[in-house]
Amino acid sequence: MAPIANTVPQEKTYSSTGIKDRQLEEVAAWLMASPAVILILAFLIIPFILAFYFAFTNQRLISPNPTEYVGLANFRQLLTVKVLPLDPIVDTDGQPVLDENGNYTYPREREFTRNNPSYPQYNGLQKWTTWDIGTSRWIWLAGDAVFMRSLVNTLYFAMVIVPGQAGLGLLLALLINKRSPGVTIFRTIYFIPVVVSIVVISILFQFIYDGDNGLVNNALVFITGGRFTPVDWLASPATAMPAIMAMSAWQAVGIHMVIWLAGLQNIPEILYEAASIDGANNWQKFVHVTWPGLRNTAIFILVTITIAALGLFSQIDVMTQGGPLDSTTTVIYQAVQKGYKMQDIAYGSAISVVFFILVLCVALIQGYLTREKNT
Amino acid sequence: MNTKTIAFSIRYGFMILLAIIFAFPVVFMMVSSLKPSIQILRDSSSLLAFLPVGEISVDNYFKAFQRAPISLFVFNSLMITMITMGLGLFVNSMAGFALACMRWKGKQIVLSVIIATLILPFETIAVPLLMVVSKLPWLGPQGLTFGWLNSYHVQIIPFIVDAFSIFLFVQFFKSLPYELIEAARIDGAGWFRIYAKLIVPVSGPVFATAAILRGLFMWNQYLWPNMVVQNTQFRPVMVGLGYFWQLTTSNTAGEGILPWGELMAYLTVITVPVIILFLSLQRAFVESIATTGIKG
Repeated sequence: MAPIANTVPQEKTYSSTGIKDRQLEEVAAWLMASPAVILILAFLIIPFILAFYFAFTNQRLISPNPTEYVGLANFRQLLTVKVLPLDPIVDTDGQPVLDENGNYTYPREREFTRNNPSYPQYNGLQKWTTWDIGTSRWIWLAGDAVFMRSLVNTLYFAMVIVPGQAGLGLLLALLINKRSPGVTIFRTIYFIPVVVSIVVISILFQFIYDGDNGLVNNALVFITGGRFTPVDWLASPATAMPAIMAMSAWQAVGIHMVIWLAGLQNIPEILYEAASIDGANNWQKFVHVTWPGLRNTAIFILVTITIAALGLFSQIDVMTQGGPLDSTTTVIYQAVQKGYKMQDIAYGSAISVVFFILVLCVALIQGYLTREKNT
Repeated sequence: MNTKTIAFSIRYGFMILLAIIFAFPVVFMMVSSLKPSIQILRDSSSLLAFLPVGEISVDNYFKAFQRAPISLFVFNSLMITMITMGLGLFVNSMAGFALACMRWKGKQIVLSVIIATLILPFETIAVPLLMVVSKLPWLGPQGLTFGWLNSYHVQIIPFIVDAFSIFLFVQFFKSLPYELIEAARIDGAGWFRIYAKLIVPVSGPVFATAAILRGLFMWNQYLWPNMVVQNTQFRPVMVGLGYFWQLTTSNTAGEGILPWGELMAYLTVITVPVIILFLSLQRAFVESIATTGIKG
């Protein structure tokens, strides 16, 4: 079969070159592309496929036991969430038993989660969080409470940072888009944090956010004339994540400033002139000319910031290690904790798969929504 | 004053305020690296924190270099960054050339796969990649060994290929006039010769863009070297920084005050060269970052 096929010229696209040349081009192209193709296969595609494979096993980095298929066990542990509604404890007369502060008392969740044969569905679960609704108490149980907290923290981080950073970037771009003296200097200054490593910045900001001598506290005390009480920003669960958000946006916003700027400069000047003739003011020009012209830029910026935000890791690793009280732990921080620190490749891979699905969904949803709004 | 002047002043006042917010940490870092730690803490409650006044010296630099092998870390990072960048420019541009200028079966599939991997964050594959590199064979001075952990190559080889660089090269090469290549073909030039002698010399800007983006990425690497490098010998600057931080917090517990000055000196050593490079190649830097927006 083969010799016959080879004798028939399959395609002859250009006149100046013959079949031999076509075959040569084919071989040359493969040779020139092959280093990249081999490397991309080995270090990107295969690890990506392996993430899915490992996630269904009990693979460890080093283990004397053979790897076994465990089905959905890793995902079950990661994603199981159950609500345990509890009523206040009542005494024999039906009166609620109060503690020394006069509050209702409730059964402890471990009576349900530790080998209680009447409640097999709660066995082995961990307490994630509690809601008090009326007199009853809802205990949220999860297969991996720390992972649930990291998922919530990561989404919280993304939800604040995506609009915040994109908006700040646009503001900066609009400020320096005007042709006025010195704008290049301002552009340069706003851009400097981008070329500084996030690790360096995280260490610097530990000093800046410090509770005793931190620059932020000192500045706030100075501005308020001493009325402000210094806060140890990274040591409290309520302020640690917002502090990291502010720093992250500050560091990366220069990237989005220049991308917005490129988008702004792609809008034809003639549209603004036409709007001026129609008597539009600056705000109307922004709403009717600038914003529609930035549609593609906006989609791109929102998607890239979201994907970067979901991958939050370095800041956490340097500044808080996930604390205080798991308030800054994130999905990737957990993947590294489990996959590398505890050498549980399978569980780390399962977290990576969840992360990838998250990234994929967000990219698809966001792209879709942004398109709908603008057409 | 008319309204125009007022608007102008407000705008500039706002821009200057923002400039202060964006510049102060780096200024603080550089200034503090010249001060004794006690003075850094004392100055932090006033604007003195941003002024090189008081007992100014380069002592912190000497002490920091004594405390940890910082020059080794800098050498490691420089070498890893340069080799990865150099090999990457070659491998990625050659693939970009094949994808943009040549006809071959499989081209469409290869190109689509490369574009698809653009949305794949490195974080997704870090854990399984750790497993892969811990098993790969390597032929070194000790003969055939298995496992790439604790080496230079584990920090270099996985990062040579870069989908975004390939994408940039494809875009750029496609914009070149095709007649150029056809004319060279008729003159009997081989494909590699066309790439090396004809295409590369006219592609300076795209090479600069790819080099800047990769260089910055490699110099700032943190997650991966953290996972694969445990011993001092192969440690790059950012992982060395964490190690230095630990050294200072554990070794000085009794002294009562952390050697902030030394830490600032280390931070300055690994940051200021990059900032100087940025300031001198500003246009190229800003344009490189702006090109990351074209894939949208």
